[in-house]
Amino acid sequence: MAASVLDITDLHGGYSGGADILRGVSLSVGAGEIVVIIGPNGAGKSTVMRAVFGLARVRSGRIRLRGEDITGLPADKVVRRGVCYVPQVANIFASLTVDENLDMGAFIRRRGIAEAKEKIYRRFPPLDKLRQAPAGQLSGGQRQMVALGRALMLEPELLLLDEPTAGLSPKYMDEIFNIVDEIGAAGLSVLMVEQNARQALAMADRGYILATGKNRLSDSGRNLLANPEVGRMFLGGEGEGDGHDMQNDGGVVKGGGRDSEDDGGDVKNRDSHG
Amino acid sequence: MELLLGTGNYLVFFLTIVSVYALLALGLNVQWGYTGILNIGIAAFFAVGAYTSALLTAPATAQPPGLGLPVAVGMLAAMPIAGILALGIGLITLNLRSDYLAIASIGIAEIVRLFLKNEEWLTNGVRGMAGIPRPFAGVEVFGWNAGGALYLGLGAIIVATVFIALQILYRAPWGRALRAIRDREVAAEAMGKNVLWFRLQSFVLGSAVMGLAGAVYAHFVGFISPEAFAPLFATFIVWVMLIAGGSGSNLGAIVGALAIWAVWSVTELLGRIPEEPIAGFGALRVFLIGLLLQVILLLRPQGIIPEPRE
Amino acid sequence: MTVATLKTVTPMVELAQLLIYGVVLGSIIALGAIGVSLTFGVLRFANFAHGDYMTVGAYLVLPFYAVLQLPMFAAVLIAIAGTALMAVTIDRLLFERLRQAGPLVLLISSFGVGLMLRSVVQMVWGPRTLVYESGIDLPLRLGALRIKPDHLTIIGGALLLVLTVHLLLTRTRIGKAMRAMSDSPELARVSGINTAQVILFTWVAGAALAATAGFFLALDTTLLPGMGWFFLLPVFAAAILGGIGRPYGAIIGGYVIGITAEFSTLFISAAYKPAVAFAIMVAILILRPTGILRGN
Repeated sequence: MAASVLDITDLHGGYSGGADILRGVSLSVGAGEIVVIIGPNGAGKSTVMRAVFGLARVRSGRIRLRGEDITGLPADKVVRRGVCYVPQVANIFASLTVDENLDMGAFIRRRGIAEAKEKIYRRFPPLDKLRQAPAGQLSGGQRQMVALGRALMLEPELLLLDEPTAGLSPKYMDEIFNIVDEIGAAGLSVLMVEQNARQALAMADRGYILATGKNRLSDSGRNLLANPEVGRMFLGGEGEGDGHDMQNDGGVVKGGGRDSEDDGGDVKNRDSHG
Repeated sequence: MELLLGTGNYLVFFLTIVSVYALLALGLNVQWGYTGILNIGIAAFFAVGAYTSALLTAPATAQPPGLGLPVAVGMLAAMPIAGILALGIGLITLNLRSDYLAIASIGIAEIVRLFLKNEEWLTNGVRGMAGIPRPFAGVEVFGWNAGGALYLGLGAIIVATVFIALQILYRAPWGRALRAIRDREVAAEAMGKNVLWFRLQSFVLGSAVMGLAGAVYAHFVGFISPEAFAPLFATFIVWVMLIAGGSGSNLGAIVGALAIWAVWSVTELLGRIPEEPIAGFGALRVFLIGLLLQVILLLRPQGIIPEPRE
Repeated sequence: MTVATLKTVTPMVELAQLLIYGVVLGSIIALGAIGVSLTFGVLRFANFAHGDYMTVGAYLVLPFYAVLQLPMFAAVLIAIAGTALMAVTIDRLLFERLRQAGPLVLLISSFGVGLMLRSVVQMVWGPRTLVYESGIDLPLRLGALRIKPDHLTIIGGALLLVLTVHLLLTRTRIGKAMRAMSDSPELARVSGINTAQVILFTWVAGAALAATAGFFLALDTTLLPGMGWFFLLPVFAAAILGGIGRPYGAIIGGYVIGITAEFSTLFISAAYKPAVAFAIMVAILILRPTGILRGN
């Protein structure tokens, strides 16, 4: 394993007013690695990412970036250290044009903005013709490109992606996975939460499986794919909605009001599957 | 003896006003404390209650003529009339965000104010309504004019009754549902509770109590005009009272009314000490009461008597 | 302003005259409403002291114009700067500390701030009506129409400011960041946008617009400590009509309410003119609660 870019050790925490969602998560991302987090709803996948950006409350544990402690650092300071983040929902500025969305991605940058934008438009050709269109009017796949493009404007060292393919058609899904693959090949480190576990693990260097806020398994992407237990729990069905019956070992972690993407609706799912 | 009587009379006057404010603060507590509804138009419901009771009870010879009904009828009628006004505005705004209701409540207060000023046939306009019956006025006990004290007694009984009723409601499942709505609307919705319906009930009930406060006020002073229902005295001070006393706590609402009206009255007395009236002293008092609100919000947002935690 | 004074002219001229008054009123409302919309969009709270920011702006012109005899334009610029400084200071002392407590507590606090400002104005300048200068503003004749020079100042000034706001929001980095923060505060933060700086700038812009609106209002009518408070309702009605948090909607809302209010005097008593804004607001809340331009 290469030297780590991101190191998370024994993280506990959640949102103020709620019970802890994270109950001991540890993970690391090496330079140039693509690391995937999978796990059932309510496992705390999104919360880990939000914790890195100071958007979730960390009660104990450490988050280090290239060895430096960044636990609890506010979001804009984290960005300045070369980490960019694409949330799962509300990841574009809907009333701003595509071009302005990219501008906002480069808010802390003073020079080279025009060149960086051209690079993004070359990477996402469909956006080139939509520069002046309000981002809120684009299709789901195009929005996801805007979201990725915005995060890439700073040419970050580490990119956090929260379910970048959620709700996309298979065609766009493949496209987004290809882009992530390219980004990884270009030397960026990527930490990604994914529901489409099979595809994600196939391209990942390493994967972590979280359940009820704790590490459950971690291995290389290939080994996890080959692991019969993982196969049974996560890769049995096709597409979304599978693997919800993994959580036999504990109750559902009920998060604070803000963690809707993490815990929304999984009670129902579990009942119908388990 | 003279001084003692004067002090006694002042105390009766002071406490009667406190009773009126206690009712207003209790009504606001049902809306804001229980349910999180922002009503910035307290003046509207207060005024509607006062005018309703005045018009029903004033003698036919008064200007404008009233219906001459008993005071009890006027006071009881003030509640549903203020409640109906709340129902109308609530149906439009309560399923929207709370800040929209706040703005709409200012609008209602403004329209009520314009109505009272301009519809002279009904309200006598800016000249106001005189000749509102004052129960117990002139009653003497051993040669002492006990009317004020007796009316204060009535006011205290009304406050106590409303307080007990609201305490029961607070502890009842109804009150628990309101707090669920206040604390996390989405969760309450998921629980299958009809959020709009509960908010509407709370808004109407609180406004009805404010209407009752208006009636108690009208029969205390015997004369009302639109001036009496300006936003400062009829809305703002009530908010300061509830926040100071403790939002969510009925006892806090009453204590807040007492404490803030005491502060307000003491500062008024201070202004009378110099020979020459100080220019802008009234404005300075308003400034200080505004400052007091900010200090409470910053340093003790839970108020003097915090809402009990379950 | 009333129909009675226009009885001698033809109905068309009468309507045109009302339209002018409506545009004047609408300009003032629009400027106030843009400010409300900006602060609402970025800070997510309805600032009930905004009307009183208008009042402070209007009164701050007085010492520099009437006392120091500076040119009107310079006096207004100083008043704008003063109001902006005040808004930023109030945010630092109060609103910033209360932001954790949520938008409704902020609203109550701002209601109190408005009252405090009103009493300060009353302490400094007294409770009575004042004017910038006495004398009659002789109307210009435009055919059968008559237009007061002050009205031209107001309409022209408002257009200039609306254009400035447009350029600010679409052409400058900070203006785009304001819109971005209105769209999604959290995404703005994770994009590295300096949200404290954006908030500061929003107060400056909102207060500057409020001060100008207050000045125009005082120019058209008179100075009174309660002038801004009474204007809060139409200003908020315009902001809601346009879709709260959407400055462009606020402009439309302002002119719609201003013009409707003036034309309403043809049908209802002028005494109820202030209620027209409310009626329009109620109608929009029933028909389309998100406003013309779908606010947030």
